Amino acid sequence: MSGNINLLTDTLAAAKAEGRSALIAYLPAGFPTVDGGIEAIKAALDGGADVVEVGLPHSDPVLDGPVIQTADDIALRGGVKIADVMRTVREAYEATGRPILVMTYWNPIDRYGVERFTAELAEAGGAGCILPDLPVQESALWREHAEKHGLATVFVVAPSSKDERLAKITAAGSGFVYAASLMGVTGTRESVGAQAQDLVRRTRATGTDLAVCVGLGVSNRAQAAEVAGFADGVIVGSAFVKRMLDAPDDAAGVEAVRELAGELAKGVRGQA
Amino acid sequence: MPSEFFIPDPEGHVPSAEGYFGAYGGKFIPEALVAAVDEVAVEYDKAKADPEFARELDDLLVNYTGRPSALTEVPRFSEHAGGARVFLKREDLNHTGSHKINNVLGQALLTKRMGKTRVIAETGAGQHGVATATACALFGLECTIYMGEIDTQRQALNVARMRMLGAEVVAVKSGSRTLKDAINEAFRDWVANVDHTHYLFGTVAGPHPFPAMVRDFHRVIGVETRRQLLERAGRLPDAAIACVGGGSNAIGLFHAFIPDTGVRLIGCEPAGHGVETGEHAATLTAGEPGILHGSRSYVLQDEEGQITEPYSISAGLDYPGIGPEHSYLKDSGRGEYRAITDDAAMQALLLLSRTEGIIPAIESAHALAGALEVGRELGKDGLIVINLSGRGDKDMDTAARYFGLYDNGVDAEVAADADSDTAEIEGDAK
Repeated sequence: MSGNINLLTDTLAAAKAEGRSALIAYLPAGFPTVDGGIEAIKAALDGGADVVEVGLPHSDPVLDGPVIQTADDIALRGGVKIADVMRTVREAYEATGRPILVMTYWNPIDRYGVERFTAELAEAGGAGCILPDLPVQESALWREHAEKHGLATVFVVAPSSKDERLAKITAAGSGFVYAASLMGVTGTRESVGAQAQDLVRRTRATGTDLAVCVGLGVSNRAQAAEVAGFADGVIVGSAFVKRMLDAPDDAAGVEAVRELAGELAKGVRGQA
Repeated sequence: MPSEFFIPDPEGHVPSAEGYFGAYGGKFIPEALVAAVDEVAVEYDKAKADPEFARELDDLLVNYTGRPSALTEVPRFSEHAGGARVFLKREDLNHTGSHKINNVLGQALLTKRMGKTRVIAETGAGQHGVATATACALFGLECTIYMGEIDTQRQALNVARMRMLGAEVVAVKSGSRTLKDAINEAFRDWVANVDHTHYLFGTVAGPHPFPAMVRDFHRVIGVETRRQLLERAGRLPDAAIACVGGGSNAIGLFHAFIPDTGVRLIGCEPAGHGVETGEHAATLTAGEPGILHGSRSYVLQDEEGQITEPYSISAGLDYPGIGPEHSYLKDSGRGEYRAITDDAAMQALLLLSRTEGIIPAIESAHALAGALEVGRELGKDGLIVINLSGRGDKDMDTAARYFGLYDNGVDAEVAADADSDTAEIEGDAK
């Protein structure tokens, strides 16, 4: 079975046709439990997210701030395995029909086997992967297998990326481009920098057809509306995880995710 | 005049353009760091070609560090090593007390050339942190050192030294709270502050160009050793032995001997409580290839690519990765790697202290323990050189508890072992 790269592309195009940005939510698999994580993802989609990135927790998340580190730690202590991540993708996709991506670091996939991982992810109904520590020049093997199985390869671009590199990255990537709004790790911020708008402009100037979605630091409706003013998609992760960490129990955490997704969905429709 | 102490390898073992030594190395880094890491590579290439850089670094290595470091023959120690002749390369006598200063001064000069004003670094035992804090004081750079919380406790003296030198020391509370986690936190800082901050990486791991660059700055160790041994012993050694955590002091000693195929290059990894117990940090002995901290190399990991928590009594060796060039040397067979337990290292530490009046760092004691094994294998015609990479002052609290050297209230963990070994040593001396 082929993966759902086309579902991802079509979903982003449909949002654009509606004259709005897409809302992309990130939630780690296995947090607070595997089943609890699946419920949270369904709630995010039900609340208004268009796409979900499922985190595959890693022991050494060097690009994540304290909030996602804490969630990863809880998931790993709970014994989350790659099979659980695949089940999370499958159940989220089968329940909602929406595009589901996986976001993780390169070593778990390298160790598991690229062919095995991409085949299983496609079979589970996944749409692609974001691998923030696999830069474009190391990505040939991954892209070969992702393409074979109909999975998107979403690359991250950063404010420090030079124009010639942006051209290389957009040429190699598929699905969408993940534009990091600022120089830093994941986590909520008071404001999303002007750097983000400039990066989106420079990324589009490469002539790419890919949607350019902005992540890092976005946590509320007003910020989502601001980013929606210049980007094709708004990516929110730590703010969802923080709602769950702060909730008195798992059920309240799921409701908090649904509520935040609803707020952000208004934001990406320009309702600040 | 060619540089005497900064001696980057002119040919051979230069990594590929993408930073690979065979199958190992590369640059597995977030996009946000690509420009900064590329800048380090470009600036380092420029510096290598600039005689002024070599002149400045040579001046520092001679007049600040105290190079060349001594080569000391240790005949009373060698009686326990099968009678083989044993020499120590005395990197412990460098300013700041370890080999780490060689790399730090080179990268500090590079930091100035790049116009950056702030330096961050990771440290395990604190030796790299102290060396970095020292260079930052010398050059007027802002300095933040990341150190696992467990290591700040077992190496408290070095925390005080770093703070005395004006550095901020951040105790890292995530993960195993040791060196690996300190590196994670330093990478997080670097991503956020890369415009004005250089990450002064302390070992021959990390993304290209760090493995080759840090190696070049330590290459002087082996170059001096080779020359000194030819003068003193009249021949090349049968074995060059060093401890390996990330692998910087080992590659520094080994590199000049790589073309000398008769010289065995032996790295001593920390076996902790024993490789079979799972409580160890013997990456090349028990690991598998994977990606950690920016490069492909051997890594201690589970079947799903999660990094496993390492253990060693030595904070400086307590790391689940290893520099990519060591992985290359292992696979090619040019390097040999053996695992040394905590207990064997501590007994070697005691032995060198009591036979030669030299207290080594616990890290370096792993190499001494390996040399005792190798010496017994070689017999009295053997000739061994060991990199004594650091001095043991920082480890006195750990050692005093281990051997029960405090007067009151602190129980020895292995008093019986220490007593029996001490008795044996004293007996030999009579």
